Amino acid sequence: MKLIIAIIQPHRLEEVKEALYKQEINLMTVSEVLGHGRQKGIDEFYRGAKETGNLMKKIRLEIAVNDNFVAPTVDAIVQGARTGEVGDGKIFILNLEECVRIRTGETGSVAIG
Amino acid sequence: MQYKIDFGNTAWVLMSAALVMFMTVPGLALFYGGLVRKKNVLSVLMQCIVALSLVSLQWVIIGYSLSFGPGKGIWAPFIGSLDWAFLKGIGFSASPYFISQPEARVPHLAFIIFQAMFAAITPALIIGAFAERMKFSAYLLFILCWTTLVYDPIAHWVWSSDGWLLKKGVLDFAGGTVVHINAGVAALVTAVMIKKRSFHRITPPHNLPLTLLGGAMLWFGWFGFNAGSSLAADGLAAHAFVITQVAASAAALSWALLDRVFHRRPTILGAATGAVAGLVAITPAAGFVDIQGAMIIGGLSSLICYYMVIHVKTRLGYDDALDAFGVHGIGGIWGALATGLFAVPAVQGDYSGFFAGNHHQLWIQFVSVLATGLYSLVMTVVIFKVVDRVIGMRVTPQAEAIGLDVTEHNERAYTVIE
Repeated sequence: MKLIIAIIQPHRLEEVKEALYKQEINLMTVSEVLGHGRQKGIDEFYRGAKETGNLMKKIRLEIAVNDNFVAPTVDAIVQGARTGEVGDGKIFILNLEECVRIRTGETGSVAIG
Repeated sequence: MQYKIDFGNTAWVLMSAALVMFMTVPGLALFYGGLVRKKNVLSVLMQCIVALSLVSLQWVIIGYSLSFGPGKGIWAPFIGSLDWAFLKGIGFSASPYFISQPEARVPHLAFIIFQAMFAAITPALIIGAFAERMKFSAYLLFILCWTTLVYDPIAHWVWSSDGWLLKKGVLDFAGGTVVHINAGVAALVTAVMIKKRSFHRITPPHNLPLTLLGGAMLWFGWFGFNAGSSLAADGLAAHAFVITQVAASAAALSWALLDRVFHRRPTILGAATGAVAGLVAITPAAGFVDIQGAMIIGGLSSLICYYMVIHVKTRLGYDDALDAFGVHGIGGIWGALATGLFAVPAVQGDYSGFFAGNHHQLWIQFVSVLATGLYSLVMTVVIFKVVDRVIGMRVTPQAEAIGLDVTEHNERAYTVIE
């Protein structure tokens, strides 16, 4: 079992979701986050006061999958999120120790899907 | 000749001018601001406040003179002269313009500032069509050209004492043709010419409470718009006030009902949109129709605009982002024609419509809709093309993706942390 965390551009979320649905990956958690990588953020001005290096809005996706779904999930995210510009984001893949479905108490691989 | 200035009338017209100012910012600004995505809300607010400021200056410099100034020779029916540029020679004199009280007038300056607010809100209405994708610099040039070359001449046609549509006998109490049809048609043109926003699917409005707040402020300000257009604190003003309330209420309820019938639940956005559609439609009619007429005009305005916004727009596929054409253009056309249908002599003795036996009035209304619509269409196409050539209308795809608040104004409406 793996936990896939992806940080993507907010305006690519719909494309990523669609690409994931095509691979029959329908389970995800989405949150709005702030951050920047090599892009270095943006400058904002409030009554002349400069705010440098402000963080950009990003979307964070969390998807827990069984091992055979890792490759299709990553492919789908890359395909949906890539624009070729700086700031397209990153994907992190972590080992997942355990998973519990709250409703039934099931654990492990069966509880993920 | 010196006319007498009436204090009560003056107080009401000055107050009405302030009410109409309130319609643009914050009324229209919040109404539109709530409807866009949260990365673009500031860009819409900025466009509204700048329209108000820019047009106000243009108005006292040349706009008022072009619109209401005395015309010269063969041009007199179509455009005013520059005799009143910088409001030269106006001083504290009484207004040459009046509606129902020729012997108890307001100061000319009160009329000028009242009309300035109308001139300011008209280009601001168009913002709804091209929201979320126009370059701010291009917007400035576009608005300035549009108010000078489109609004000012049409205001002259319909409201100036020399105007050719006024002489034809068109009934437009508070600006259905000049403001709403005019802006609505320009909205359609700009929406088509700037092309669709680049998004995957239509996202929901980012803040409907703001939209309702803005819609309610528009409604509030509309009492100045319509009842103020009597240019006196008299019976006609009170009549227009009541008629405005009736039409807006009928329209808000009927749009909510349409939502309930076709989409299972009445919606807040529907009620707010309906109220605005009803207010648009009753604008030309407020001083000419009775209570029953107002209910019919208001109720049907929602039905007609609902059909345009939900069905026709989706079928034709143009991206009128916030339905400036669907509500102001279509609602305005319906209101102008409906004035020709429902005007009754019981309100103002000299004016009656189709159902009161004056069949010709409907034809005059139709001609005014056609003339305004065609002129606005052609001129907006020309202005758009020129500004697009000189500056470029549309922001880059990257800027559109990040959002205009940050790329055009270096600000954000909402912080995420703190």
